[in-house]
Amino acid sequence: MPAPAPSSGTRATRRGAVRRPARCLAAGLLLLAVAGCGASGSPPARGPQPGRLPHYAVDRDFSLPTSPTWRSAHRDGKLTIGVKEDQPGMGEKNPATGAYSGFDIEIARMTAASLGFDPDRQITYRAIASANRETALQNGQIDYYVGTYTINEGRKKLVGFAGPYYIAGQRLLVRRDEKQLTGPDEMAGRKVCSAVGSTPLQRIQADYPGADAVAYDSYAICVDNLLNHQVDAVTTDDTILLGYAAKDPAHLKVVGRAFSEEPYGIGVPRQDRALARALDRALVARERNGDWKRAYDVTLGLSGRPAPRPPRVDPALTR
Amino acid sequence: MDVLTENFSLYGEGFWGTVRLTLYSSLLALAAGVLTAGFRVAPVRALRAVGTTWVTVLRNTPLTLLFFALLLGLPRFGVALPFELFAVLALGCYTSAFICEAVRSGINTVPVGQGEAARSLGMTFGQTLGAVVLPQAIRTVIAPIGSTLIALAKNSAIAGSFSVVELLSTYKTLSENGYSVIWSFVWIAVGYLILTLSISALFHAMERRWGVAR
Repeated sequence: MPAPAPSSGTRATRRGAVRRPARCLAAGLLLLAVAGCGASGSPPARGPQPGRLPHYAVDRDFSLPTSPTWRSAHRDGKLTIGVKEDQPGMGEKNPATGAYSGFDIEIARMTAASLGFDPDRQITYRAIASANRETALQNGQIDYYVGTYTINEGRKKLVGFAGPYYIAGQRLLVRRDEKQLTGPDEMAGRKVCSAVGSTPLQRIQADYPGADAVAYDSYAICVDNLLNHQVDAVTTDDTILLGYAAKDPAHLKVVGRAFSEEPYGIGVPRQDRALARALDRALVARERNGDWKRAYDVTLGLSGRPAPRPPRVDPALTR
Repeated sequence: MDVLTENFSLYGEGFWGTVRLTLYSSLLALAAGVLTAGFRVAPVRALRAVGTTWVTVLRNTPLTLLFFALLLGLPRFGVALPFELFAVLALGCYTSAFICEAVRSGINTVPVGQGEAARSLGMTFGQTLGAVVLPQAIRTVIAPIGSTLIALAKNSAIAGSFSVVELLSTYKTLSENGYSVIWSFVWIAVGYLILTLSISALFHAMERRWGVAR
């Protein structure tokens, strides 16, 4: 062909010649992508067994007229609770059945039962990502939030808290055959992965400048990268890490001391102190009657770590 | 306002990250786009096939999928590159498909007689394309190329989910530190506007200088 502009005479034959490689390449790329995504949750699912979950007694006579959140939930006959959906052991959604499971979910269920709602029928779970929790509570999209929600000063300005119901700490998840990386002081020069913008990531960048910080949107991608030797460790709250370790104990383990203290609270709308106090009372009662420990044993306890003593509920939070 | 003044360095880092991504990806996209446009009109069948495949695959793949394929796929084959380079590759290659089609539509506005005249003077295909056709073709497609590069600047936000420092992901850090989401977003939007309006102004000036008056 003489001119750069293609002449129309050869078009029909040309198109046929072009299509096959195009299709091959497209298929190759798709395969690549599928391989990349499919492996991210590859460890065999070994979550809490639905049949062995504790049953929580529902307080049918409960009433809390001073809480606007409780009043509207009671009128609708259902409670909307914000949770995490991607944290095995704490709050995880089964993609096949849509069912949620984990320690946070159990806390949500037992507190709902104490507020007079049937945990099996009257809870609507809504998965809310970390960055949107305050907005969801302020806009009233959820009644309260149970999902590895650390109580801190900045958040106290935006939302109210009940609890704490658990004290987590930042630790490291490494491959089982890892020899050198045994704690936070050996992170220099190693690739350490966490979630974009999260407190654990900011702590690594500020306090351990020698570590090579890598940040993705979700911990699932971090864990995938860890299994593929692209990063050397995943760091965040040990609760989340223990969940991943429990899912794939042949390849993953949690190491080192905790280098932070993360008191988990139940997030409530800021002005609704009555609801926060009622949740505090519910937590204390469930810790006393053993429900708290039973919930731990069938969720986080699967990682092999025995139940710690539940933390004291902090009355200063709801004052 | 407090959100901006108290986190100026964070915003600054994010903004420069986005500017860097946009700049390097634009250069890659322009180079690869013009080259593939040349392939698509080349007299060699294999080159045309390569050009068409490149455009078909990249233009029809969602950008996020492309990021996943490069970032999670390539390391499985032993290719480990810095994250920013991965992002520039994904963004640049993706955008090059659109640049290629814009340039090719420009090539089609150049009368066939010009190519034939160049051939009759004994110019090779490369000379014809480089000295006669492309200079005229690109003048006619300055505006669509500008639009494509503005889209590239905004698409660069996807890189924030893949361990690259850029403007949009700063809101995650700010929200974690207890700042109002709305004001964080207002200042992020201002940052993007500064960048995209600059690109618009640049291309507007280029169009006035070189654009074909009809």
